[in-house]
Amino acid sequence: MNSSSTGTVRDGATPLVEARGLIKDYGRTQAVRDVSFTVYRGEVVGFLGPNGAGKSTTMKMLTGYLRPTAGKALVAGINVAEDPIAAQRVLGYLPESAPMYLDMMVIDFLHFIADLRGVTSDVKRGRIRAACERCGLMDVLGKDIGQLSKGYRQRVGLAQALLHDPDLLILDEPTSGLDPNQIVEIRALIKDLGRDKTVILSTHILPEVQATCDRIIIINDGQVVADDTPDALTGEGAGAMIRVVMRTESFVDPATVRHVLGGLPGVLRVDVQNAGSNTQELILAVRASKNADPREAIFGAAVANHWVLLELHRDRVSLEDTFQRLTQREGDRHAA
Amino acid sequence: MLRKSWVIARRELQSAFDSPVAYIVIVTFLLTAGSICFRVLFLTGRAEMRLFFEPMPTPLAVLLPPMLLTILAPAVTMRSFAEERRSGTLELMTTLPITDWHLVIGKFLGSFGIMVAALALTLAYPITISTLGALDWGPVIGGYLGLLLYAAALVAIGIMCSTFTNNQIVAFIMSFVLGVVLYTIGIAAVLLPAGLGSIVGYVSVTTHLENFARGLIDTRDVFYFLTITAFGLLLAERSLSRQHA
Repeated sequence: MNSSSTGTVRDGATPLVEARGLIKDYGRTQAVRDVSFTVYRGEVVGFLGPNGAGKSTTMKMLTGYLRPTAGKALVAGINVAEDPIAAQRVLGYLPESAPMYLDMMVIDFLHFIADLRGVTSDVKRGRIRAACERCGLMDVLGKDIGQLSKGYRQRVGLAQALLHDPDLLILDEPTSGLDPNQIVEIRALIKDLGRDKTVILSTHILPEVQATCDRIIIINDGQVVADDTPDALTGEGAGAMIRVVMRTESFVDPATVRHVLGGLPGVLRVDVQNAGSNTQELILAVRASKNADPREAIFGAAVANHWVLLELHRDRVSLEDTFQRLTQREGDRHAA
Repeated sequence: MLRKSWVIARRELQSAFDSPVAYIVIVTFLLTAGSICFRVLFLTGRAEMRLFFEPMPTPLAVLLPPMLLTILAPAVTMRSFAEERRSGTLELMTTLPITDWHLVIGKFLGSFGIMVAALALTLAYPITISTLGALDWGPVIGGYLGLLLYAAALVAIGIMCSTFTNNQIVAFIMSFVLGVVLYTIGIAAVLLPAGLGSIVGYVSVTTHLENFARGLIDTRDVFYFLTITAFGLLLAERSLSRQHA
């Protein structure tokens, strides 16, 4: 898969899903305010965001369950609000927590969905069989869905979304509520599906997107706050974190150190991490700006001020860091 | 259109027959119908079923089939949309490439099918009676047609109420109250001045059911029940499509 960090513009790739200025109001609250993004054919895109950020609402607009208050959702060039049926033929959808008829047998349920999807009877059996094999359901075909574990239920939900061999899969929190083993299985399954389908999945589990997605769209407070590859969001492109430890001596004032380091080129922010605690060391977290490496400058400043450096270490920014930085509320960020 | 609705209806029927719902409806119907028919047969010695279709109770038969329909139809329909919304399956269904009309008609056919099955099984009684004496089939056919039409109207009202809420009990109470109002409003018609009384009388279910019970098949009565059915289904579809607006 294309791993260059070109963001939203790609040459030669055809867009399969386009969200253009999507807005959704629920009464007076705005669940989604101006969400725009493009998903290209063959991509596996992760929708990331804190709970209540508008991920599900956005997905519901893509699948035609909710009509946007303003803006457009296009699937394979079809405006979903104008012709939901045509758009729904192209996509397979697994709603959050995989709602299904618990009193139905797995095989009956899959036949039921295939019939409603208009899968013709000559290919129906084959499609159901293929979906069941792919999702590992062959052993539970005769069981009621209500008797299945959450992991198996999720697989039935995935199989159900595959019956019409759609180009696009939209999966709303496909691993929520599963145990660690089940999560690994479902993730492997999604990765496998991503080889021949375009997948949009939402989650608030960070390792999940890193493990499965080509691209991450972070949504916060109803808006897209980041749209890039995992590498770009976690690597040097996102700005490194530098850990600085120096010996505390009588003439070392944490405020001065902060001020001096903060003024260096390539330094975005300096935080004292052991403020108030009575130790022999002063520990600082220095956030570097994009593509900058201020380690040398920090060393120089330490020498010039006769500070004794004990440690100088550069960390990769984790997705957690990026996520927290982007999804903290405005007030928190200013206070920090 | 009908093919996909039928897929939904078939699932509804299967689900009803996998649970006690359908059996309760059918058995209640058979028992009530049986007790009325044989009481009439043994106490009056006449081979007729008129009392079976009459909407108003008499000393001979207090709980009548039309009343039973008024109670049982809401019980059958209350789950249809309320439960789908509560469990989230409605989202799955509405994101399949089918229209809200497919869903509404499918649910309607499913619930109506249970009522038809219950009514059809009671045909055993007129058949039995006809072997015992000369049964006049005219009022029987009219009566059954009336009950079928009334059942359709009730099911449509029940489906409509079920789209309004995600709570089955609320759906049941709403549609039951509507049914009772349509049923009893005829009593009020007697107390009202002539002009107003005849309007209220037209709205009442009982006026129309009485005609059918006499074996009188009038297009106005047919039209009355079909109007309620169509109206209920139309509102159900509107209410569904509003919810994903």
